[in-house]
Amino acid sequence: MLRLEARPEPSRAMMVASPLIAAAAMLVTGSILFRFLGQEPLHAFYVYFVLPVTSAYGLGELLLKATPLVLCGVGLALGFRASVWNIGADGQLTMGAVAAGCVALYFQDVESHWVLPLMLLAGALGGMLWAAIPALLRTRFNTSEILVSLMLVYVAYLFLSYTVHGPLRDPDGYNFPQSKMFSDSALLPLLFEGLRVNLAFVLALVLVAGAWFFCSRSFAGYRMQVSGMAPAAAAYAGFGETRNVWLAFMISGATAGLAGVGEVAGPIGQLQPAIPGGYGFAAIIVAYVGRLHPLGVLLAALLMSLLYIGGESAQMELQLPSAITGLFQGLLLFYLLAADLFIHYRFKPRLREAPVAAAKPAEEGV
Amino acid sequence: MNVEHLIPFLASTAGAATPLILAALGELVTERSGVLNLGVEGMMLVGAVCGFIATLASGSASFGLLVAALAAMAASMIFAFLVLTLQTNQVATGLALTLFGVGLSAFVGRDFAGQTVPPLEHLHFPVLSDLPFLGPLLFRFDALVYASVLAVPLVGYILTKTRLGLVIRAIGEAPASAHAIGYPVIALRYAMVLFGGALAGIAGAYLSLGLTPMWVEGMTAGRGWIALALVVFATWKPRGVLLGAYLFGGVTVLQFHGQGFGLAIPSQFLSMLPYLATIVVLVLICRDPRTILLNKPMSLGQNFKADS
Repeated sequence: MLRLEARPEPSRAMMVASPLIAAAAMLVTGSILFRFLGQEPLHAFYVYFVLPVTSAYGLGELLLKATPLVLCGVGLALGFRASVWNIGADGQLTMGAVAAGCVALYFQDVESHWVLPLMLLAGALGGMLWAAIPALLRTRFNTSEILVSLMLVYVAYLFLSYTVHGPLRDPDGYNFPQSKMFSDSALLPLLFEGLRVNLAFVLALVLVAGAWFFCSRSFAGYRMQVSGMAPAAAAYAGFGETRNVWLAFMISGATAGLAGVGEVAGPIGQLQPAIPGGYGFAAIIVAYVGRLHPLGVLLAALLMSLLYIGGESAQMELQLPSAITGLFQGLLLFYLLAADLFIHYRFKPRLREAPVAAAKPAEEGV
Repeated sequence: MNVEHLIPFLASTAGAATPLILAALGELVTERSGVLNLGVEGMMLVGAVCGFIATLASGSASFGLLVAALAAMAASMIFAFLVLTLQTNQVATGLALTLFGVGLSAFVGRDFAGQTVPPLEHLHFPVLSDLPFLGPLLFRFDALVYASVLAVPLVGYILTKTRLGLVIRAIGEAPASAHAIGYPVIALRYAMVLFGGALAGIAGAYLSLGLTPMWVEGMTAGRGWIALALVVFATWKPRGVLLGAYLFGGVTVLQFHGQGFGLAIPSQFLSMLPYLATIVVLVLICRDPRTILLNKPMSLGQNFKADS
């Protein structure tokens, strides 16, 4: 028999290994599920997790889908480190997209290099503005930022729906709820000919580097980490909670807003109701699987992105339901939380012989 | 605004309030035992889809409700195992349960979208149901509407007047002391999480069997989160859940009756009302930190591990 025993100190190796264990457990569960769905597990596994990345186009899609996940995930991870729970990134992404869309549509006929930077700025500000509401209510009125930021996701969806049904609807669009297509100067340049991945991915990489610097080299990052790990120590050191909450929400709001710009000025190219693809929620999983570390977030986002495009591949090749993606995502986080047990605990063989138990008190003096 | 619009408005308020009461009552009991389960939305979706499929297959809505409760309990069991046995972070695990429930329900219900079942049977009381005005207002609902209202004083009684309730509150306020006296803190918390799961499952099934008798992906539309907010609004007291749920029910159905009342506002803004109202109400309740400190279970959200 095995029993759990507390480790003398948290295992650093398990910190890194636990997401891998979780991913492996998810893959095993996935194979069982594939068999259950009447597929040959190995083949389904290949179609889901390997086939999508065997072509240049597939790799481009992998980076494309990873972009909003990296952007949202990096921001959320910074907040989660300080125990600031922004779970409304999908709403902030939506508002960023709407703000950038307004700029793009306003300058519809202007050919200028300034349109895109202006859109990025508007998107970041839109996300920050939306994130400012839960931050303000939390710091000023003591209101749960979890519930407020989540409620605002639904409000943002409805606001987007209003804009594309109302003021921003394309008058020549046969009454479809969508805006005009953006002009070329309002679209992010593609990185490679023939692939859809665009400049937003580079922006995401820059932000990962910036977040890494912020976390490990800046005093503000240090303050946030202490507040998350040891609230009492942070309070004693005079690290104000208010400042952390605001910082966390402003950063994650801005990055989520930028993710929204990446979507509308990237593969979508217009405002339409389907812009928020649930990336803001998937980014919660990305942040955790990435160990709340910027580099980890990057890797986790690639894994999650593979789940998305694998789901599409499995749907096309094997007629597997695309809903399986959401199931895998949920499972991944459950497995990760369970595997994290071994950061603080380890298995030890249970000793059965009576003499050993009897000898125990004598050993204690040693 | 006139009376022929008012009666259907008030009557549909009861329908919208019922799932909120059930889900919030379950969460309230869970939270009183010291466990914060943010997975209500996910458990409701699991209940909604499983209850719907079971009803479709068996033709019996009661069976559907039973399956919904059991399915959501199974989902809450995952949460309970992670949080209570493996000592994971309650916020993160609750979020995971919601994300998992969203994915699982979409997967399980993929072939059932668009199908319908007969809606829950509405009761008919002799004489009373035929009364003008009062009949449609009070005596023509399905059984769950009445059951949810009756459950409020029942849960209130159990929590405040019985030994079981005392123990539940004790493990929520001071788990270490309760453990020292000899109460099985972890086992009781398991039971309370499962109870919350069962009620969330029935609440979800009420959506897919009663309010709109069909399965739509993500059909809870944030009601699980509103139920969580209701618990805070009620300052962890059952009677507040009743008041809050009917208030929110009214705001929710306002969007469908807005035109009747002559409100010339784009429908999207009317649909925002329940979410905005939730935020406003949370601010009003939480504004004074003392209100929260006095009523919130002391150990809410904190894991308890007995030193063996």
